[in-house]
Amino acid sequence: MGLLDFFIRKTFPHGIHPPEYKSITQHKKTLRLPFPERVILPLAQHIGAPAIPIVHKGQYVVRGEVIAEPAENALSVPIHASVSGSVREIDLMPGPKGSKVMSIVIDTDPSSPQIPVSGEYQDYTRMTPEQIINEVKQTGLVGLGGAGFPSYAKMLLPKDRSIHTIIVNGCECEPFLTTDHRIMLEKVDDLIRGIQIAMKAVSAERSIIGIEDNKLEVLEAISPRLPADGRIQVEAVETKYPQGAEKMLVKSLLGVEIPSRGLPSEIGLAVFNVATLAEMGRLLPNRQGLVERIITVTGDDLAKPGNYVVPVGTPLQDILDQADFTGQEAEIILGGPMMGLPVASLETPVTKSTGGVLILDQHAYKPKDILPCIKCSLCLQACPINLNPSELGLLADKRRYDVMEEQYHLNDCFECGACSYVCPSNIPLVQYFKIAKTLNRERHIQNG
Amino acid sequence: MAKHPLIDLRPSPYIHSPLTVEKIMRNVVYALLPLVVFSVWQFGISALALIIVTTLACLGTESLFCRLSGKANTLKDYSATITGLLLAMTLPPGFPLWMGAVAGFVAIAMGKTLFGGIGFNVFNPALVGRAFVQAAFPVAITTWTPALAPNRFVEFIPSTLALPFMKPAATAEWSAHIVDGFSGATPLALMKFQGIMTDSQSLFLGLTEGSTGETSALLILLCGFYLMWRKMLDWRIPASVIFGTAATAAVFYFYDPSHYPSPAFMIFSGGLMFGAVFMASDMVASPVTPLGIFIFGLLVGFLTVIIRLFGGLTEAVMYAILFGNAATPLIERYTQPSIYGARKKEDS
Repeated sequence: MGLLDFFIRKTFPHGIHPPEYKSITQHKKTLRLPFPERVILPLAQHIGAPAIPIVHKGQYVVRGEVIAEPAENALSVPIHASVSGSVREIDLMPGPKGSKVMSIVIDTDPSSPQIPVSGEYQDYTRMTPEQIINEVKQTGLVGLGGAGFPSYAKMLLPKDRSIHTIIVNGCECEPFLTTDHRIMLEKVDDLIRGIQIAMKAVSAERSIIGIEDNKLEVLEAISPRLPADGRIQVEAVETKYPQGAEKMLVKSLLGVEIPSRGLPSEIGLAVFNVATLAEMGRLLPNRQGLVERIITVTGDDLAKPGNYVVPVGTPLQDILDQADFTGQEAEIILGGPMMGLPVASLETPVTKSTGGVLILDQHAYKPKDILPCIKCSLCLQACPINLNPSELGLLADKRRYDVMEEQYHLNDCFECGACSYVCPSNIPLVQYFKIAKTLNRERHIQNG
Repeated sequence: MAKHPLIDLRPSPYIHSPLTVEKIMRNVVYALLPLVVFSVWQFGISALALIIVTTLACLGTESLFCRLSGKANTLKDYSATITGLLLAMTLPPGFPLWMGAVAGFVAIAMGKTLFGGIGFNVFNPALVGRAFVQAAFPVAITTWTPALAPNRFVEFIPSTLALPFMKPAATAEWSAHIVDGFSGATPLALMKFQGIMTDSQSLFLGLTEGSTGETSALLILLCGFYLMWRKMLDWRIPASVIFGTAATAAVFYFYDPSHYPSPAFMIFSGGLMFGAVFMASDMVASPVTPLGIFIFGLLVGFLTVIIRLFGGLTEAVMYAILFGNAATPLIERYTQPSIYGARKKEDS
């Protein structure tokens, strides 16, 4: 990177620079783990209405077969059997968000070759946008970067909106995680095909892949393989958390802002994660469903950290066994250390939107006493949305949740955790904000 | 292999910046130490005794109130130490020690614990303490003694050891005996009451009469740069205070250079540099909003010049900062940052 690049490198204001910890797994090739004995498939692995099961207890299902259909007239996608085997039960099982959720449990058939079912090959270049969007829905694809928003729904636009540019998010700004990094190195053809499918589906003119500049090898690997028509570009952006938040990446690449609490389509954009598009490019031509994903298994006390392909629904216990977890006590996190979810049970499965399993022991931050806010303004300088976390935190202390929402833009917070990370008083600001939002939602429901 | 590890549960984020309140405050103490050493070199054992007394008074008061309120002892966060050091730096070197102790007590008791302790003080506690003794002991706090007196390491300034509630010994004769023709006036007083300007270079280096730790603008700046480099001092506050002072002084200077002092004199004299770097930048009592920080700094700078030129006293920086502290909630109210993607009124 030249000196000039350093001064003009694309970025957004504020944000933080946590240690990256990516060297643990970033050079490890993706490997397939042995199939688990059993998979647990929650019916709601996406934002929207849960899928509706169409199998019964004891039924034999084949890998890739639809076992739950999308709820009708709602934001919803199907669930596919991620292993061949028999349905053990349909019951409440531990979910990634802590509470138990309705899930289909399948016992893996050890004698099955586990070849996923596929349909007749279809050439996306001969399909209409409507056909593509419908087929994307059939793959069960959701945002694999963590949000879990159904991918087809991003392409369904109201009549008055159109999309000119597709932003492909290859930032992976969460420390520790290297899933997207490996996908961009190992699945370039799938990724480019996926981008072209998405462009066709929304009639976009161009597409920009944004990659943090700590992954310049990816940039070098992708650049020569881009189509000659120049409609897909790749750009480096500053390595800074939360660069991979879609609002931040859009600001960095194009200098524009997604309107508050609106969607990127309002300004003619659609943002997809690289993992999502690589899967789209692989699944759609063969009419397959989403049955597996790549996750980073990393952190402390692991003899074999790495990037692994696992069936959706693999319980964490199997993953820890395969990665040779040797610890006695640890924090187990689905996702990265900034926004990941804590898990309480090793029965919790990897879902479609799980990007990684992080084990923290020595690296874990030991919580210290919470001190009063000294108004150092570090949180204001960290907040990518330009909120005033200091004032919001003081209001949360006084339980003025209504004021937080009405005067201090609480609902614009997307909970990146940068404020909590920098707070020298150890105030768990983002946790306060999550609580405030939940209580406000309850209050609004009560008030009708 | 442990089949069933103990799982710790905690919400995100799971990693944290290494910066803590205690670390910030400790580094502010480090940054004040060169000023302490310089002031002792300049004013001798009287300055040393004063620094020790005010600091102990602050620590003792903090400790006492922690015990009275049944809260955990907060001495370890270094904030009371800072208040003690800051306070000593702003007092005349020959200030009677018992008055220093009173100032330290008031600073913590009325400037800090009364409002709820660290994080809740409306005003900079050290300035509250100083404002109190300014009103209570107007003579002692405007009695200046010569810098670099030859016997400063063996002999106390006569006023230092005054007994409580007794009139301190007069120092005028003592000072005149040590330095021929000593006027007892600081550069600001010379400017204000006699129209004599001290040259900027001696002000910058600090080899003049003045408060214990406020004289050397150069050293204060160096200490400030250390804190800014460690990201423990917000550069925007000193910068805007200095800019506000220079800009306001420039207006008067260009209007009538023979009557009004130059901006350089204004920046380097009195407590301005110390106030800008160490006093106005008190995080708790200054705004957090980006625009608010600049408005606060400019206001403090502007008020400093106005009070110096038109007020009855020379202690302009203290009152300017206290006023700025008082205005902070109001400034913040009207300078909330505009958020990412904010919609204009009509489209929401």
